[in-house]
Amino acid sequence: VRAIRPYGPTAFLVEAESIDEVHALAQLRVPGVTQVVPGARTLLVESSDPAAAETYRSCVLQGARPLVQDTTSVIEVIYDGEDLADVARATNLSVDQVIATHTGAEYRVALCGFTPGFAYLTGLPAKLHLPRRATPRESVPAGTLAIAGEWTGVYPRRSPGGWHLLGTTSTPMWDLERDPPALLSPGDRVTFRAI
Amino acid sequence: VLRVISAGALTLVEDAGRFGVAHLGVGRSGAADSAASAAANAAVGNPANAAALETLLDGLTLAALQPCMVAIAGTGSPVVPTPLEVGQSVTVAGGESGLRRYLAVRGGVDAAVFLGSRSTDLLAGIGAPLQAGDVVGIAGEETTFPETVADPPLPGANGTTVRVYPGPRADWCEPDALVVSAWTVTASSDRTGVRLEGAPIARTITDELPPEGLLPGAVQVPPSGQPIVFLYDHPVTGGYPVIGVVHPDDLRLVAQTRPGRTIRFVPA
Repeated sequence: VRAIRPYGPTAFLVEAESIDEVHALAQLRVPGVTQVVPGARTLLVESSDPAAAETYRSCVLQGARPLVQDTTSVIEVIYDGEDLADVARATNLSVDQVIATHTGAEYRVALCGFTPGFAYLTGLPAKLHLPRRATPRESVPAGTLAIAGEWTGVYPRRSPGGWHLLGTTSTPMWDLERDPPALLSPGDRVTFRAI
Repeated sequence: VLRVISAGALTLVEDAGRFGVAHLGVGRSGAADSAASAAANAAVGNPANAAALETLLDGLTLAALQPCMVAIAGTGSPVVPTPLEVGQSVTVAGGESGLRRYLAVRGGVDAAVFLGSRSTDLLAGIGAPLQAGDVVGIAGEETTFPETVADPPLPGANGTTVRVYPGPRADWCEPDALVVSAWTVTASSDRTGVRLEGAPIARTITDELPPEGLLPGAVQVPPSGQPIVFLYDHPVTGGYPVIGVVHPDDLRLVAQTRPGRTIRFVPA
């Protein structure tokens, strides 16, 4: 742990060394903690109890390790994204190689956010790492698979977006009729299959 | 049971919100001014966390379809329990202070309970704004005696002062950037966040921040340098530095400050 940072009188932010440590810390059950929110490198802990921060500090010093996560989702994708050709050009790959690279990796949900049901997936092969688009699109349709930086993810609903669009899935990421409504939770494993 | 005659600018069912569901990507939601919502509920004898109607400014009009008792808070006037006979109507109206009014009905407003709360969350797509013709049901919460209560103080025309704690990324911007000048609430504010306008805040650390957790009251600085104070329909994570956190008791004042009016921050 690099630091425990203040977040007002009812919360604090634990900086972790890795996403694995974030998930390990998120699995702790600490008295007086009402909610934890995993980030990419941090865990936001809601608690008014000063002892809770000390518990996280000592758990981290002892080296917190995540439990094994069994949940794996396979998401079927039509790789027809508007930016597929641009991504191929920028990465010096063919379109088929971009698709093979993207479907060949296993991803983990690092965190959820942006809009409900949006899961930031880590594990994108380095050759597909690209900065976000210079100008975000005002509107990206629901079900769009995209990449940016070290991340890949699926837009759960129509929203603005600055990521590179690779394809489309009909699997709903967010469905209020489902329990839980989000398809993916932090720690889940995900692979994509081209159809 | 009441019928919506006019829904006003925006009327939502809100209770105390959802707790402990951020890992599902769902924020807290709930009344933006919990003290005013609690006052309206207290006046009709409801528990403080019963669902009530949150409405922007004036104009919400309801007609009683059966005898019931209502109270309105967030207007700057005492909160008085008011019995309604069948066919009688009530219109929310208040003074020049405040932005969000609360109408409670004895027994609590009914709506579908989702993840432990009846609150509408516009960001998550849970529930929807009321429309003219909608019927507002009564939940049947356990009640105590109704009584007139004081309305919690509202920000005035000269603006309001709120206490702010240093945020986790306070060192990413100029020190004291929030407290050195006054900020104007912009019209693009909503239940997600109150967008402020003023002297832009310069970043001292310009690295890209990996996304991290947000809470109601978090003050985030996007690239424009114009801060956003997150309210209750906030996204659960964000990728810009949080440089301050509004005191939980003062966040209602931020939510009640009208666009065009001023907010000043002071160290908590």
